[in-house]
Amino acid sequence: MKENDNILEQITQSEYKYGWVSNIESDSAPKGLNEDIIRFISAKKEEPEWLLDWRLKAFRHWQKMKEPKWPNVKYPEIDFQDIIYYAAPKQKLKPKSLDEIDPELLETFEKLGISLQEQKRLTGVAVDAVMDSISVATTFKDKLAELGVIFCSFSEAVHNHPELIKKYLGSVVPMNDNFYSALNSAVFSDGSFCYIPKGVRCPMELSTYFRINAANTGQFERTLIVAEEDSYVSYLEGCTAPMRDENQLHAAVVEIYAAKNAEVKYSTVQNWYPGDKNGKGGVYNFVTKRGLCAGDHSKISWTQVETGSAITWKYPSCILKGNHSIGEFYSVAITNNWQQADTGTKMIHIGKNTKSRIVSKGISAGRSQNSYRGLVKVMKRAENSRNFSQCDSLLMGDKCGAHTFPYIEVNNNSAQVEHEATTSKIGEDQLFYCNQRGIDTESAVALIVNGYAKEVLNKLPMEFAVEAQKLLAITLEGSVG
Amino acid sequence: MLKIKNLRASIEANEILKGIDLEVNAGEIHAIMGPNGSGKSTLASVIAGREEFEVISGQIDFEGKDLLEMDPEERAREGIFLAFQYPVEIPGVSTTNFLKTSLNQIREHRGLEPLDAVTFLTHIKERMKLVEMDQTLLSRSLNEGFSGGEKKRNEIFQMAVIEPKLAILDETDSGLDIDALKIVANGVNKLRNKENAIIVVTHYQRLLNYIVPDIVHVLYNGKIVKSGSKELALELEAKGYDWIKEEYNSTPV
Repeated sequence: MKENDNILEQITQSEYKYGWVSNIESDSAPKGLNEDIIRFISAKKEEPEWLLDWRLKAFRHWQKMKEPKWPNVKYPEIDFQDIIYYAAPKQKLKPKSLDEIDPELLETFEKLGISLQEQKRLTGVAVDAVMDSISVATTFKDKLAELGVIFCSFSEAVHNHPELIKKYLGSVVPMNDNFYSALNSAVFSDGSFCYIPKGVRCPMELSTYFRINAANTGQFERTLIVAEEDSYVSYLEGCTAPMRDENQLHAAVVEIYAAKNAEVKYSTVQNWYPGDKNGKGGVYNFVTKRGLCAGDHSKISWTQVETGSAITWKYPSCILKGNHSIGEFYSVAITNNWQQADTGTKMIHIGKNTKSRIVSKGISAGRSQNSYRGLVKVMKRAENSRNFSQCDSLLMGDKCGAHTFPYIEVNNNSAQVEHEATTSKIGEDQLFYCNQRGIDTESAVALIVNGYAKEVLNKLPMEFAVEAQKLLAITLEGSVG
Repeated sequence: MLKIKNLRASIEANEILKGIDLEVNAGEIHAIMGPNGSGKSTLASVIAGREEFEVISGQIDFEGKDLLEMDPEERAREGIFLAFQYPVEIPGVSTTNFLKTSLNQIREHRGLEPLDAVTFLTHIKERMKLVEMDQTLLSRSLNEGFSGGEKKRNEIFQMAVIEPKLAILDETDSGLDIDALKIVANGVNKLRNKENAIIVVTHYQRLLNYIVPDIVHVLYNGKIVKSGSKELALELEAKGYDWIKEEYNSTPV
């Protein structure tokens, strides 16, 4: 067994592939957080009065709130006054076309593997790229506009569709929901807005690519997706950050609203910088993601592949309010070296005949700690609701930890709630078997891990699934040798 | 092809192999028989490079190369195949995907291009017939939920796909009923040629009725104590292993 652990220890030692810094002048706010900073952000973005008021209200809530201490993660106290809350890459205001965008910025996105050149976008993915705090360009906007689909940066939506933002902002995640959602509500910089009108099936996957670039900046993006009756959209989110010694804070909020018969599929591949082998640096990822199945027969499905961040604190949830609505959560969370993840979901059954399904696959290597935390709550009126949860943990080596915290609250006798959990180790037997067939240990680990996570990876759109598979392999590189 | 000289190996300080000498040439089939605990499976594992066994002394030469210097995957790529006594399950990885990874890494080692999907699938389909492998098993997770017999058959199927120079069948007959045994043996016989060699490790003579060995070795207490023609296997079947033990134990050291 020892031999095996040594092997596993060695595989997880590779360098972060996306660790470069773009040399773009950035236009940023001074460090620290107070009402003036919020006014500064709001002014920079030329926001209407009502939004500034909303931010200030959130800020006042936040000041009275305390950082949550219940997650199973450890990190030094965050000095919220030592963070820059707004950093925009300097460029001419409001670019009309790609030609007006800083070439170096475009190059950064090229390096990330996302091309903003529309002609290259034949794959049918519309991309809204958010770098640090402002949305750079949104592709395919015209094509989507024909269908009435709105897909743009959050700030643009504030100007062009204020009535929609006013109606839905904070409707799923109230500004004072938790410490980080309140912080986000006060200082959010940009993000994506997506609106699918009644009866429209969005013909392409919508994609947002986040990247933290400037030093000492927090990224506080805000995503709002509204799917009207009988509509459908599949939304992809990918994230990377450059390598830095210090920790960068990321506190995002994602809100999804699904009306009657609407379906929203939200997929994330999270690859923020996880810190180095000794646990130095890395992104603190404190995210609030929640979907509201407001209408009958609506469906929201979260799929996430979490490979990055020094600390992940994230529970994409579904509120199943409409009768017959469905919530799904598919997750692969992989931690290596000194990473810590506390992630899971909440499924709140309110309507009748609501269904939820949770499939969580944790993979821990190195000295990392990986926790699943999930709540299944069945309210009084939720007749015949059902939940199935499966939480598997895979351990590599003997210095990491896997933890499961399932919470179940059932207030209706007709509900059926099932929970299954397994813990396994990548066995020496499995590795030797692969070796004996000529497969080196590193490929063997990738093969076994991908097999283990297959049920979740299968839920990702094709292009993403391939990327996710590679990421899993990269994350574990060096953990076995 | 394979030359083993005075091989001694231990696990957790217990010496299991106490001086093995064995020479296998291309085109030959060797059977290694012996009572339980005599070291048969250990020998198979040491040749394949299982790390929990420690080689205390001795040499293994494979086609002029020092096998003991190689990692298990390198040995496999050089042409050594072990049909496992207890094949391992790998959830979520189909047999097809597994074999593709295997075959392409072996090919890369030999300086060959990876097989394209069509050639690979054609190769697989053709090989399936050799062991009458059910196609549905190929898309299922490797060995997961397979019956004992299916697992063993899958081992021989993999051997057929990989086409090793030296195949070691470790108790491939255990857990097989007579029909499955015949199919497996049939497959092995079809794979046999002048260039390759097979070592059949077995407790019983039964399998040797179908895979006829050129030479039979008896392993006892970590040493090959007797070698002979295929008739030796029949003798063991009739008389059991006790006479071997007596003969060995009465021999003055």
